[in-house]
Amino acid sequence: MPASPKTTSSIKGPNARPFYAKHNAEQLKEALRRMWLIRRFEEMAEDSYVRGLTHGTMHLSIGQEATAIGVCMDLTDKDYITSTHRGHGHCIGKGAEVRYMFAEFFGKEEGYCRGRGGSMHIADPATGNLGANGIVGGGLPLATGAALAIKQRKTKDVAVCFFGDGANNEGAFHESLNIAGVWKLPVIYVCENNQYGMSVSTARSTAVKDVATRAAGYDMPGVVVDGNSIADVNEAMMAAMERARKGQGPTLIECKTYRTKGHSRSDRNRYRSKDEIEDWKQRDPIPAFEYDLQAHGVMTAAEAKAIRAGVEKEIEEAFAFAQAGTNPTPDSLLRDIYTAGSAA
Amino acid sequence: MSVRELSFAQAIQEALAQAMEVDPRVFLMGEDIGVYGGAFQVTGDLVHRFGEDRVMDTPISELGGAGVAVGAAIAGSRPVYEFQFSDFSTLAMEQIVNQAAKMRYMLGGKVSVPIVFRMPCGSGTGAAAQHSQSLEAWFGHVPGLKVVEPSTPEDAKGLILAAIDDPDPVLVFEHKLLYKIKGNVPEIMYRTPIGKAVVRRNGKDATVVASAIMVHKALEAAEALAKEGIDIEVIDLRSIRPIDGATIIESVKKTTRLACIYEGVKTLGIGAEISAMIAESEAFDYLDAPIMRLGGAETPIPYSPILEKVAVPQVDGITDALRNLVKGGF
Ligand SMILES: Cc1ncc(C[n+]2csc(CCOP(=O)(O)OP(=O)(O)O)c2C)c(N)n1
Ligand SMILES: [Mg+2]
Repeated sequence: MPASPKTTSSIKGPNARPFYAKHNAEQLKEALRRMWLIRRFEEMAEDSYVRGLTHGTMHLSIGQEATAIGVCMDLTDKDYITSTHRGHGHCIGKGAEVRYMFAEFFGKEEGYCRGRGGSMHIADPATGNLGANGIVGGGLPLATGAALAIKQRKTKDVAVCFFGDGANNEGAFHESLNIAGVWKLPVIYVCENNQYGMSVSTARSTAVKDVATRAAGYDMPGVVVDGNSIADVNEAMMAAMERARKGQGPTLIECKTYRTKGHSRSDRNRYRSKDEIEDWKQRDPIPAFEYDLQAHGVMTAAEAKAIRAGVEKEIEEAFAFAQAGTNPTPDSLLRDIYTAGSAA
Repeated sequence: MSVRELSFAQAIQEALAQAMEVDPRVFLMGEDIGVYGGAFQVTGDLVHRFGEDRVMDTPISELGGAGVAVGAAIAGSRPVYEFQFSDFSTLAMEQIVNQAAKMRYMLGGKVSVPIVFRMPCGSGTGAAAQHSQSLEAWFGHVPGLKVVEPSTPEDAKGLILAAIDDPDPVLVFEHKLLYKIKGNVPEIMYRTPIGKAVVRRNGKDATVVASAIMVHKALEAAEALAKEGIDIEVIDLRSIRPIDGATIIESVKKTTRLACIYEGVKTLGIGAEISAMIAESEAFDYLDAPIMRLGGAETPIPYSPILEKVAVPQVDGITDALRNLVKGGF
């Protein structure tokens, strides 16, 4: 993997960035490992789809990994996230095991949703992951509600809501942010602005240049960060978490990023140029972070190689585990529609 | 008169193009219907023929998009609004149900709402619970709306053109698994009447009432049963509201047995309406067996391909059920 010459951040001395000052080498390396895990998970997922091993559709977040990990790396299992249709990265960021994610892809009982949900619905409520969503904007009210529950139980946890640039034009976005603004809820809205909602660019869909501008209408800070820089994302996130934990209310963080793959399998990329895609591929967040960690002596080249090899092994084992999983039986069709024992 | 073979999706596209050619008030709105060509490639290249002013990509805003279309319809335009998946109409329910459906009535007949909503629906694509629903019966429950559901390319074109002509709101449900099927489609502009069912197969032993993809499954089952000497009549409903009671009643009086087959959830669905209609009619006295309903299971659509299959009626199950219906009695 060629090191990207484009990034450097000061990590030591008086000008050290908070991102490097507040995380130790193990945490930073783990962040890198998870970014690789997302990348390789999605590449394998795509491959298995092309080979006809999985059905349905899937949305890849390749190129957006810095946002997922920069946001999630300091969360605990008590903090909540809501995710989107493009949610594999969020899920891995929140600590999901890829074997159960693959199992879900293959529609197996071992999957996170026991084969009922597929790629668009992966969730792990036990670790605060309230799930991906098939409805654009569907998670916005849900995260806001989770923040309300946190406030009601008087803990210092936060709720994080991932959503796309496209989702910011749904009514649910505006209604949710207003409620959170009025009630000062501990929620952090993370807009992954990858420039397009399916085929429609933000310039064609959104009346303001930056989604973050809209925060002003709901009395919360709105910040724009480079979504391909894990340090930038994470520093905005740390500030937002502090604000939320102090009871000062919500924050909107807009991460400018790009998906280098199509929207989904049916995409023929007619709405953007090859040059644009190539340009963004040069700004791949993973080699950039890897470069930084090595340039500043946090990690050696040998360690970087070992991290990648470890990811490779994990992916292979997870894939094999999932393929050997159990198919649901038809007689379980009506399971879990209602709570067992409730009147139905 | 020239007739060609077109796919269901191409037939709809031809209807939209012809309507736009003859009537400058007709325009299309929806998500990714322009350069992308629509999630199911129904609008295809139309944006290049008619321009972005008439093939309009909206932001991802179903309530706003559908509602703006309703407003334009009231003010003299002729919008055709595409929901990318009919499931997302739930976000626009307010404007469809509270506004479009009731406007004419509430205003004492002084306004028309000539709008068409296109509703890609149904399961079978592995898209799971939020992208696979069959909600046509919901909308059929609302006075003021018309609901149609074509099963062939020919009817897809004819019903779209009839819907665009219609002065009232019409929802056209398009089963996603039908988009690629092919059939003969006349080149001229013609209308398939809204509110008229059609007999797809004549038979004497039992009547099946089905719509959309279930028509194809019922016909396949009927052919299998024909080899056993069982003769099934298959009615393609085509319209959910208004419903063509006369055609169904006539058929049941002849065959004396009735099965309703539909993909929407069985309970409180289309089959309940048809059964009750027969029970209330003179055909009731002719019945030689209880009415049978085969509908979607009482569940959201699961992702697992194994479960997805058993969640809706399939040909084998339909064949067995119809055999029992013909053999059974009171
Ligand atoms: C309510 C709703 N409308 C439309 C869709 C279809 N759809 C799925 S993803 C998508 C684009 C979403 O864009 P954005 O929010 O920017 O997220 P991205 O895909 O770029 O990650 C669309 C239109 C949907 N799933 N739900
Ligand atoms: Mg986007």
